[in-house]
Amino acid sequence: MSNKEWPLYEVFIRSKAGLSHRHAGSIHAADDQMALNNARDTYTRRSEGVSLWVVRSSAIVASDPAETAAFFEPAEDKIYRHPTFYKIPEGVENL
Amino acid sequence: MYTQGLDQKGQSADKRDSNESPAQLEAFQKRIDAEEKIEAKDWMPEAYRRTLIRQISQHAHSEIIGMQPEGNWLTRAPTLKRKAILLAKVQDEAGHGLYLYSAGETLGTSRDQMVADLLSGKAKYSSIFNYPTLSWADIGAIGWLVDGAAIMNQIPLCRCSYGPYARAMVRVCKEESFHQRQGFDIMLELSRGTAAQKAMAQDALNRWWWPSIMMFGPSDTDSKHSAQSMAWKIKRFSNDELRQKFIDATVPQADFLGLRMPDADLVFDKASGHFKFGEIDWNELKEVIAGNGPCNKQRIGRRRKAHSDGDWVREAARAYGEKQAARKAA
Repeated sequence: MSNKEWPLYEVFIRSKAGLSHRHAGSIHAADDQMALNNARDTYTRRSEGVSLWVVRSSAIVASDPAETAAFFEPAEDKIYRHPTFYKIPEGVENL
Repeated sequence: MYTQGLDQKGQSADKRDSNESPAQLEAFQKRIDAEEKIEAKDWMPEAYRRTLIRQISQHAHSEIIGMQPEGNWLTRAPTLKRKAILLAKVQDEAGHGLYLYSAGETLGTSRDQMVADLLSGKAKYSSIFNYPTLSWADIGAIGWLVDGAAIMNQIPLCRCSYGPYARAMVRVCKEESFHQRQGFDIMLELSRGTAAQKAMAQDALNRWWWPSIMMFGPSDTDSKHSAQSMAWKIKRFSNDELRQKFIDATVPQADFLGLRMPDADLVFDKASGHFKFGEIDWNELKEVIAGNGPCNKQRIGRRRKAHSDGDWVREAARAYGEKQAARKAA
């Protein structure tokens, strides 16, 4: 018998139409169809979803938490991207 | 609770690693103190990681082994309705085990490794599942008391500092209150039934009460790992605090059922607003955790057999999956 483990899949659920899929957890499965079935049985036993995505965990590319500050730094100093940066004179409306 | 094994002697999961600098540890503790959540890929002390792996895996194993005492009554449930409900509950326990293994895997271990540790006896599971389910009323008592005690423990775990564990607990807690209510519902029906049915409910309560309050683990004076787990906000309340909460919540429910708690020393203390209760037989708890409970051998034996009986199925499914993937690639 081989001791090789079934691949790991990440599970994403759309709870209802109009909302995005959201990460729910992970499951093991031997193939893609089984991954969908296992995700359904594990994460949607109480009608938590109307749509499921499963993706091999190994296929996910993630940012490095140790580099968080440097990686997101370009967004930090551009406060002019926020509407609150601008002073609107009194009397100006609907802006 | 589900991780009483952590409180046993000779376990040193929270020992510091020598290659971690005081500055790193201090920065980590600051994040914890600020109620920041720690996520899977974040830096964490190895001792924090080890403690969590052990706690989460033991919690997962408890869910999986916990299917057995109840599974014992699936084919003998008194009605089709009760059978359908019990099936759903046992399936939930399997699901809880899977959520937890999945949370454990984020810490860098694998489910196969965790399962191997359970089967070899290296990893523990909750003492409570080593007691037999002798009558249908035991199914009521388990839902009402065992799941009730589990809820007391798991609600604070929803705020655990480790994100993936906390999120798994939110999911578990949502489902757990169905378990407790279905148990109470069984007890209610029996206690309002014939004299024989009421006696059956009382007998189940007599046998499950003490083991249920032992689930919270040793008393605070004997619990070795509480302090570090509290500082890391893995644990939010001490064993004794949770036990007291559970007793305070449950005694009035027993009164409502017209059942007697099997504790002659149980009395409401007006001054403190809490129930005082008799001395727990700590030796019994120690023995059950050490493997000498009424069903330890049966439980682990059955899990080992189920696992090895499933070997060829897992292997066949994997071969099929690889064949499909190869065809797709070709």
